Amino acid sequence: MQKIYPDADAALEGLLHDGMTIASGGFGLCGIPELLIDALVKDGAKDLTIASNNCGVDGFGLGKLLDTHQIKKMMSSYVGENDEFMRQYLAEELIIEFNPQGTLAERMRAGGAGIPGFYTKTGVGTIVAEGKEHKDFDGETYILERGIVADIAIVKAWKADATGNCIFRKTARNFNVPAATCGKVCLVEVEEIVETGSLDPDAIHLPGIYVHRLIQGEHEKRIEQRTVRTA
Amino acid sequence: MWDRNQMAARAAQELQDGMYVNLGIGIPTLVANYIPDGITVTLQSENGMLGMGPFPFEGEEDPDLINAGKQTITELPHTAYFDSAQSFAMIRGGKIAMAILGAMEVAENGDLANWMIPGKLIKGMGGAMDLVAGVGRVVVVMDHTNKKGETKLLKACTLPLTGTGVVDRIITNLGVLDVVEGGLRIVECAPDVTPDQIAASTDATLVQ
Repeated sequence: MQKIYPDADAALEGLLHDGMTIASGGFGLCGIPELLIDALVKDGAKDLTIASNNCGVDGFGLGKLLDTHQIKKMMSSYVGENDEFMRQYLAEELIIEFNPQGTLAERMRAGGAGIPGFYTKTGVGTIVAEGKEHKDFDGETYILERGIVADIAIVKAWKADATGNCIFRKTARNFNVPAATCGKVCLVEVEEIVETGSLDPDAIHLPGIYVHRLIQGEHEKRIEQRTVRTA
Repeated sequence: MWDRNQMAARAAQELQDGMYVNLGIGIPTLVANYIPDGITVTLQSENGMLGMGPFPFEGEEDPDLINAGKQTITELPHTAYFDSAQSFAMIRGGKIAMAILGAMEVAENGDLANWMIPGKLIKGMGGAMDLVAGVGRVVVVMDHTNKKGETKLLKACTLPLTGTGVVDRIITNLGVLDVVEGGLRIVECAPDVTPDQIAASTDATLVQ
């Protein structure tokens, strides 16, 4: 069982095809799989459906896949940081399916956990509820949301061992864990692959069972809104 | 009238000792600067953190540590991190006592619109729909009128909704109003503002 690949291109080999569905981790530009996104750009697979909370910014993160017109549809909760996104959406070159952020996370979690759907109060009475099954439980109305199962998941973790056990750092965990679980094949890029046995087994955020292909590399880790206090 | 900081300070009076609270982007973010002395409030950031600290000092920014507005922040001794599914499980599970959010429109029945202007602003709802559906109490902080001078407190919202019947209290530059049976009730006027002035700037039904 060899999970470690030399680079992102090698890790993606044989997995990509036009029209596929990809789940991506990250929140804003925090904890995004930069290396795998670059490799997707290089490969050129198009008509992609991508489930990701955001779509990067102009020219960085998933925004790179907008520049190359590889994305057909985004399933996201917030895309406000990206002018090219708005241009393509208004020109009807791109489909957006807005998901409430918690609904998107739970759809990924459910898909990865073998749960095809779940009921939630989120979105009841809004356009999100249109066309969805409504059901009352204990006097409250809920809507049915479907689990997401993606062809591949692309994920950024901090450290992993060779068996794929991963840990994340601070708020860079975000959508990476639910996204990882909902991919039929899960690819993880890390800052450091560490010796097996050096991670605390009680502190693994993503157990290696979910991780199929692993790469290590340098990350830019761009800050979107640098905000500081004055002493 | 209250300015932005005074509105935030008034909103901070809603906080109680021991509360877990989520603050939205904009004026609600300023509420953190006015948490009353002597009480402990834990701020949740829905991208996966409880115990959000202040902005970092220059040179101490960490790209792995941001809030839901994508701003660099810091951690506190009691901080806990978790993934997005866990974050919204605690929101949907009713564990967060209060959300303080901005709004474009609030209706007299507590309907809230704060995420979309068709044809103009199409950015997405982020976590707002989950928050208003899941937290214990929803407090809106916003200007009483929009840039054109039109009231934001309406009989019915005109914009796409974030949630129905979800708002409990509204804090504006003119005062504080509660959503009650039959409409909105003025509970407090800002300094040098009269109930009549609030009524003149409000389209929603006002009840005693």
